[in-house]
Amino acid sequence: MNRKKECVAMLLAGGEGKRLGFLTRETAKPAIPFGGKYRIIDFTLSNCTNSGIVDTVGALTQYKPLILNSHIGNGSPWDLDRKKGGISLLPPFVRGKGGKWYKGTADAVFQNMNFLEQYNPRYVLIISGDHIYKMDYSLLLDYHKSKEAEVTIAVIEVPWEETSRFGILNMAEDGRITEFQEKPKNPKNNLASMGIYLFDFDILKKYLQKDQKYPKSSNDFGKDVLPLMLKNKCRMFAYPFRGYWKDVGTIESLWETNMDLLQDKPTLDLYERNWRIYTVSSNQPPHYLGPAAKVEQSMVSDGCLVFGEVNRSVLFPGVYVGENTIIRDSLIMSNVKIGSNVKIIRAIIAENSIVGNGSQICCQDNEAGEIILIKENSTIPDNSIINSTDNLKKVIFESGGKFT
Amino acid sequence: MRDVMGIINVNVKDDILDELTYSRCIASVPFGGNYRLIDFMLSSMVNSGIQNVVVLTLHKYRSLMDYLGNGKAWDLNLNRKDEGLSILSPNVFYSLKYFQGDIQNFYSNIDFFQRSRQKDVLITRSNMICNLDITEVVNFHRRTQADITFLYRENDDLVEESPWRRKLEIGADGRVLNLEQGTEKVKGKKVLLEIFVMSKALLIDLIESCMINGTGDLLHDGIIKNQENLKIFAFPAKGYLGVINSIALYYKHSLNLLKPANWQELFFRPGFIYTKAEDEPPTKYMRGARVTGSLLAGSCVIEGKVENSVLFRGVQVKRDAYIKDSIILPESEIEEKAQIEYAILDKEVRVSRGKVVKGRKDNPSVIPERTII
Repeated sequence: MNRKKECVAMLLAGGEGKRLGFLTRETAKPAIPFGGKYRIIDFTLSNCTNSGIVDTVGALTQYKPLILNSHIGNGSPWDLDRKKGGISLLPPFVRGKGGKWYKGTADAVFQNMNFLEQYNPRYVLIISGDHIYKMDYSLLLDYHKSKEAEVTIAVIEVPWEETSRFGILNMAEDGRITEFQEKPKNPKNNLASMGIYLFDFDILKKYLQKDQKYPKSSNDFGKDVLPLMLKNKCRMFAYPFRGYWKDVGTIESLWETNMDLLQDKPTLDLYERNWRIYTVSSNQPPHYLGPAAKVEQSMVSDGCLVFGEVNRSVLFPGVYVGENTIIRDSLIMSNVKIGSNVKIIRAIIAENSIVGNGSQICCQDNEAGEIILIKENSTIPDNSIINSTDNLKKVIFESGGKFT
Repeated sequence: MRDVMGIINVNVKDDILDELTYSRCIASVPFGGNYRLIDFMLSSMVNSGIQNVVVLTLHKYRSLMDYLGNGKAWDLNLNRKDEGLSILSPNVFYSLKYFQGDIQNFYSNIDFFQRSRQKDVLITRSNMICNLDITEVVNFHRRTQADITFLYRENDDLVEESPWRRKLEIGADGRVLNLEQGTEKVKGKKVLLEIFVMSKALLIDLIESCMINGTGDLLHDGIIKNQENLKIFAFPAKGYLGVINSIALYYKHSLNLLKPANWQELFFRPGFIYTKAEDEPPTKYMRGARVTGSLLAGSCVIEGKVENSVLFRGVQVKRDAYIKDSIILPESEIEEKAQIEYAILDKEVRVSRGKVVKGRKDNPSVIPERTII
């Protein structure tokens, strides 16, 4: 049986996303809803489909995988339901001498070496389910081959003032990496690692084994494996990526990345025909805008019923917006029901919540204040005033509403 | 319900939606923003637990085959172990001139029916807008030990909409006393729907006896002419119901969806209506968009003004364009300052800058697919 594949992808999808608050209490970060009908992981999975070089993906899951598992299913939305290859969910598992959780990103791949070996690929692509971007991995592979690299790291220009949030790479003229600077105070350039690595499989295997021998290692690609390879003078190259790329790590960046989609000509174009983003269909009827509805600079998904005013906002499937309600600069996730005479500004209302008539959800400083996050399945009673996440609990308790 | 086979009879005489059925059969005519007409009957069957569905096609079925694919969107995979969806096309080519009724088509597939393990059959047409619980009628059929049970609807609108439709008279127990045929008119407002249950054995019997008499039409020649010899019952159909057999009715039922009560009744109760999902982003409203009282599918990009209309997926409405009381099928493009009123635009129509398409309320203008105006 010849199952050899040229390139197999390992998709890191176990991230907890601690800075996303309530949103990741019940689900892993890659499964967070995004852009009206998607989940964050759809972008990476669709990149695999659209690149045409990756038909075998191992999805490494760990943190709260229920929603993620059912979303991925057999992979058919991304054409990853294949006879040979396709997508495999790889959670941590028990073995002879007990099992253990994935310690770091490199450890997750190391523990699934058997999975990789059964395909015996020439190359292994390490990608993450936390990023919003469109990237043709076949170009990365071409670059990797042309440089005869042992590992290639995709990099992107970030604003100079933000370099201290990223792993910065310094390189020679030919693109060969000479130095890593993890979250530097004095960066030498502004090219940040995107967390996308293309390895020669034999090199990957060798260094993952080496890394396991250091008991103090956190078994992380960025922190341990790649610096170790650099120290050993491996052929490491940086692949410059131009385009939209966002790590949706915080409530603010989740909100901002969604807002980016609402520009007249967004850098990340969901409407591009030859690079579609695939997802699991919600199977809802078309949405309906009522006789007095006013919707501008917004995205509206199937199954919504809108009778009020929606401005610069994203409505996910099955949202109801009552009469004389104003929604501005907000994300309203699936099946949220919003009554009439409600005002919502700069908020994220998570799935299945109910906002009672006459309520106001907006911080005092309308234009730049904090983003108010209402967790899923909340019930906000009629006429509630919520002007910060702190007073949210109080308001709900005082009026006997549900806040589980 | 596992022992009921659903048969959707896509009949040639239904291809009467003018421009909309020039290149497709009625079953695959787009409807309601996200759907094709056949979705409503298919979903009703699947939601009622029927797992074996046969689509009997006759001609112009390419778009239908393409759409149904392997049936997975309706949970009817062709490759389900022993059930699923089967598409039967005629095994002889009839010139439509010689086509004398659907019996011919049933007969050419008779081995399929003989071979299947289902006991009963539910036969329907493909042009009905409905969301039915079929278990009710099947249970009624079995309880009354009827030979055939029809669905009917008591409704002024339906009588008015389709004067050629057959009416029926029923007794207190639901038994059909009289089924209209030819010139003798039945009084009342009970209208026969072409949705009926019978045993597979009776279906095969009717097909064969009709063939001996030189073919014909299952409903007319097989059942109605035989009504004295058959124990026929009728059961009332519930929920939103429309039978689409003219452009006027297509237009009327499309605009009926703009009442939220109808929208909810048709799409959510008793089950969801399934359709083949297109991988499309949500619809985007740009600065200056003014959309009211309208139904929109995904991936439209709206800059202009839309009132009281249904837009299918991927429709683009540019700045200062104005659409009113119209149905716009997928991927059509309405350019700047174009005006559309009382019109049905088939898919991929382009209305150039400043052009006007205007029909009448009682006679909407229909623009064939891929037209450039």
